[in-house]
Amino acid sequence: MGSADNGLAGIEEKIVASERLSFADGVRLFREANPLQLSAWANLVRRRLHPDDLVTYVIGRNINYTNVCWVQCKFCSFYRLPGAEGGYVLPQEEIFRKIEEVLALGGTEILIQGGLNPALKIDYFEGLFRAIRARFPIHIHGLSPAEIIYLAKISDLSERDCLLRLQAAGLASIPGAGAEMLVDEVREQIAPYKDSAAAWLNLMRTAHQLGIPSTVTMMYGSVETVEQRVEHLVRVRELQDETRGFTAFIPWSFQPEGTHLPIVKRASGFDYLRTVAVSRLMLDNIPNIQASWLTQGPKIGQIALQYGVNDMGSTVIEENVVTAKGAVFMIPLDEIERLIRDAGLRPARRNTRYQLLPS
Amino acid sequence: MRVMLDQLRRAGLGPIHDKLQDGRRLDFEDGIRLYQTPDLTAVGFLANLVRERRSGARTYYVRNLHVNYTNICNKLCKFCSFYTPPSNPDGRGYVLSPEEAAARVAQYGGEPIREIHMVAGINPKLPYDYYLDLLRAVKAKRPDAQIKAFTMIELAQIARVARRPLGEILPELKAAGLAACPGGGAEVFSDRVHEELFRAKLDNEGWFEVARAVHAAGIPSNATLLYGHIETQEEKVRHLLHIRDLQDETGGFMCFVPLAFDPSRTELAHLAGTTGYANLREIAIARLLLDNFPHVKAFWIMITPAVAQMALWYGADDLDGTVNHYEITHALGTESHRQVLSTPELLDLITEAGREPVERDALYNVMEVPVGVRGKG
Repeated sequence: MGSADNGLAGIEEKIVASERLSFADGVRLFREANPLQLSAWANLVRRRLHPDDLVTYVIGRNINYTNVCWVQCKFCSFYRLPGAEGGYVLPQEEIFRKIEEVLALGGTEILIQGGLNPALKIDYFEGLFRAIRARFPIHIHGLSPAEIIYLAKISDLSERDCLLRLQAAGLASIPGAGAEMLVDEVREQIAPYKDSAAAWLNLMRTAHQLGIPSTVTMMYGSVETVEQRVEHLVRVRELQDETRGFTAFIPWSFQPEGTHLPIVKRASGFDYLRTVAVSRLMLDNIPNIQASWLTQGPKIGQIALQYGVNDMGSTVIEENVVTAKGAVFMIPLDEIERLIRDAGLRPARRNTRYQLLPS
Repeated sequence: MRVMLDQLRRAGLGPIHDKLQDGRRLDFEDGIRLYQTPDLTAVGFLANLVRERRSGARTYYVRNLHVNYTNICNKLCKFCSFYTPPSNPDGRGYVLSPEEAAARVAQYGGEPIREIHMVAGINPKLPYDYYLDLLRAVKAKRPDAQIKAFTMIELAQIARVARRPLGEILPELKAAGLAACPGGGAEVFSDRVHEELFRAKLDNEGWFEVARAVHAAGIPSNATLLYGHIETQEEKVRHLLHIRDLQDETGGFMCFVPLAFDPSRTELAHLAGTTGYANLREIAIARLLLDNFPHVKAFWIMITPAVAQMALWYGADDLDGTVNHYEITHALGTESHRQVLSTPELLDLITEAGREPVERDALYNVMEVPVGVRGKG
């Protein structure tokens, strides 16, 4: 990780020439590049994709409609098993109240996510989404691939038919949650009951083909190797070549507190920033890289603007999956804008489709 | 390199890069430009050139503990939430007797502490002998550790109660165990800021006079800058250049420590806290302007361990510290501030960032690293 000429000039030439980086390049960036190199290169690519120096955010909120889930992911401290004490399904009136609150704040998006609850079938979601859309002008960003795959299964539908019905009822886009690491060796260790990497990617492929865009995440910092991180990036990039359906990539770090994995070390700010930068450099076909304030806090979240991030995600936050572990940073809108301006960049509001809105 | 050179040019920092390459000193205008450019990466790159020229990949750390011997203070600085005024209206005031301070130090008897950091309020009731007794008592408990104690403000107070010139009492303090001075209390050398925020405190020229006397007595010190309140960029650059001049004169400074102001629970609580950008930028600019300082410190208690780790690429070559007991920022109560890092955690931060940990004592002598305490390679 020496600072001057550490043999990465070839990779730098590719970046300057907008050439695609290989798997081996990605691994070398993780292992050999120093932070200032990664920052300079990621800045170059960010400016190329976003020449106006805008940093966007969306006003929205998360609604965790149920915490009942049978999957038992070892990194999750949010779920309750079916029938267990403390399990809930939010009543519609409470969901409506939450939507009214976010609309009152000028919000445009709700992120609806929950557990894999065997009691909730397609008619529940059709009813819920139709009821929301009949009442509110709000974008429904919801149901991660794991939820949709499971929903199709218990509703006896193909994934395509399930997505078509959800789309007709009002589902407008899908969050890229649950991607974890799109490498089965890692998934088997941290989430043995979750779908395979191929199943996750297939669901996203089908959604994108139906015109339902999505984001995509990466949960790093558990048991994976650097090579497996790069493999994740390459698999995401391949699907994006095919569908162009991913709007943004969101890396976030595994939060060890309160989980069932024997990992105590929380990934550092350094690891986050280099992961963000390598993601920006490898994912030449994904327009936006989103910061994870929730896991990194405002200081590293802001510094990430020099490591390839151009989007601050959602500002009004209710993320039980993370808060149950005690790692939460809630940052008010004016603070987000201050941090963006302090970094010499320009804040701008967007909708879930990454179209700019008047502020 | 090519992309970084382009970025330097875009940021208007090409001339500063040229100066650094030629070993020429930066001036006031350069300092302002470094504060004004939005390009933090370019500023960091320049600071890292200087950092690596001086220290290579080495990152110094010290196993230390803090003793804050009194929180009673008559200076009433608006940026401080640690002090209680001498009338002790809230009953929170305390003074540790020399024996109590020594007992605190003794709690860490088994740990290889190299430095004992002692600073406190300006408590007008404490006589000169108290300070000598404090040093002797602590030193007697840990003769193997060096005492780094007393800001310039406290030293001025000690001379006042001793009713003798500093030049006379410093050798006595040294003989009692004082090895170095921490350099706090400098705040910002600006008459405007001094009048606004800490008017009862030693004035700027007074700080310089004390520092001169300390260095003349053969006691090295650090220097600080408290940023993130009402100071301007111009005031910060002047502050740094003043300190550089003094270092040219005395050569007694070891390390510069930018201190990030935390407004919570102070009279300035309406201000926003410092950003990650500001934390890295202050470290980088200090490294660039203070070409005669051996070291620049990232004080992780104030800027978070995550930012301090990144600072190792933005000019800092000292990560302080394996702190065992530090109350001044604790009183500020910011929840996100962890108060203790273990030595393995600290070494891990350094090695993960691609830097080489080097254990030091209070005077920056390099310690032999005991087997088994190194982080992963």
